[in-house]
Amino acid sequence: MSKGVLAIAEQVEGVFRKVTYEALSEGRRIADHLGSELTVLVLGADVENISKELKPYGPDKIVVADSPELNEFLTDAYTNVIYDFIQKETPDVIILGASTQGKDVSARLSARLNAPLAMDCVAIRFEENSLFATRYMYGGKILADVELNGTPKILAIRPNALDITKADGPGILQNFDVDTGATALQFIDKRLDTDKKEITEADTVVSGGRGMGSPDFTVIEALAELLGGAVGASRSAVDEGWRPSSDQVGQTGKVVSPNLYIACGISGAIQHFAGMSSSNVVVAINKDPEAPIFAKADYGIEGDLFEIVPLITDEIRKLKS
Amino acid sequence: MLKQVPATESLIGIAQDGISVKTDGIKWVINPYDEFAVEEALRIKEAHGGSVTIISVGPETTAEAIRTALAMGADKGILINDPASAAYDSLKTARILAAVLKEAPFDLIIAGQRAVDDDSFQVGPATAEFLDIPHISMVVKEEITDTKIRCHKTIDGGTAILETQLPALITTQRGLNEPRYASLPGIMKAKKKPIDIKNVADIELGSEHLGEPLTKIVSMKTPPDRKGGHMIQGDSAQAKAAELVRILHEEEKVL
Repeated sequence: MSKGVLAIAEQVEGVFRKVTYEALSEGRRIADHLGSELTVLVLGADVENISKELKPYGPDKIVVADSPELNEFLTDAYTNVIYDFIQKETPDVIILGASTQGKDVSARLSARLNAPLAMDCVAIRFEENSLFATRYMYGGKILADVELNGTPKILAIRPNALDITKADGPGILQNFDVDTGATALQFIDKRLDTDKKEITEADTVVSGGRGMGSPDFTVIEALAELLGGAVGASRSAVDEGWRPSSDQVGQTGKVVSPNLYIACGISGAIQHFAGMSSSNVVVAINKDPEAPIFAKADYGIEGDLFEIVPLITDEIRKLKS
Repeated sequence: MLKQVPATESLIGIAQDGISVKTDGIKWVINPYDEFAVEEALRIKEAHGGSVTIISVGPETTAEAIRTALAMGADKGILINDPASAAYDSLKTARILAAVLKEAPFDLIIAGQRAVDDDSFQVGPATAEFLDIPHISMVVKEEITDTKIRCHKTIDGGTAILETQLPALITTQRGLNEPRYASLPGIMKAKKKPIDIKNVADIELGSEHLGEPLTKIVSMKTPPDRKGGHMIQGDSAQAKAAELVRILHEEEKVL
């Protein structure tokens, strides 16, 4: 195993997603272990300029697939270009973020290459020549170790799960001729909530549940904003129509692994635990001292969230000033 | 496409072999994302005509889940039966589904974005790949006009609108619809609807693909429990808030 590691970068509107740096850092660690090269592939339109931002994370090569046809992410065009590149470079390991894009591309590549894929994995390790990935199943109720047999091995890593580390590497910039091939998907339009932080990538998530009582999430929005975090919601809050389903944390929503998770007015259904159990520190605030969430939190405060949360916000503001 | 999974309220325990979960006492249901798929298929049939076929890979008990979908209004079912299907990886499942779907005419395939047991997000897109058709994932709204489908889909940080030619595959996202309950007459009718049960050994996959799955679970554990229950004490809400912030800052160092 020494033909190299390929990391696939992901950028949105010319900004790399955080998971790109995580994939690159983990890719560097794997390449070092294998004694092989790390190549990062950047796809998009007018992305040559931003590509050098990846150099501090230690790639041997930064390959830019730049084309107006790659301006918007389309699964088929992106998969075709990445597939062409894989055919040329024949990497042993491919690593990318298990974002919405990454999930689509990795599943397609796995099928096209007949290659093993560990989707949404949170840890990667070698034992002799075997590669194992750890991933959550049953919405976080089970942690499984999966062995990948075959080549190339595809690792789609969960955002926020792996460390970002800077490393030295030549970072030689190269271009790759783009041929999007036969495509069937057509981009019509998109809407980005630019002022809204994606909960799967946030360092802090403050979530509200049934205890919010209404769509007014002002108190937890203020806390999340102060912490540079994102606002999440329990299924009850989404079912009530208070928050969009894209905010839902849980087994039938998103799985988050922030450094700090603050659950406000969430009693804690088993499906909710599934969505936040890989968080580092969990705080629960609830009126009901019997709420199951307290047993699953590191710290609990019994009390009215509308009183407690603004006080916490004030305390943190004091701390920061 | 449908998978039968443990209900999401189930407590999941690890079986004796250490690489699978205990199945006794589990309530089995249609994967919630596949329920959206069944509902959407029924709505498309109501608006545009055609018929709805449910296809699944699983053990024989999966027929119950298919029967539920038939009771919701689907026309017929196909079950590729293998008692050992729990050991498949997603690629193998997709390969089997695609092999059967190649023989069955379709305009649109709707799959759940993921099954809530293995959480792999793979079977839909991989099936589309094997069938050489486009797919659009995480769909919250679709419109079919003539031979095209236009979808609103979730992307990280927003929504996008994409269009493609039929035949195609789409995967569901929460918000697409509210699945109906099976009515009593529906349940009665479903008893007479056909379920074609195929043996997995009869599916033509090509000899190179009959071997071991490429990804294999080698161990399972339950995630470590939190210490839990450290309730912050204090005389007032103010004191509790201050103590929490102190701990998060000084001890946990997360602020």
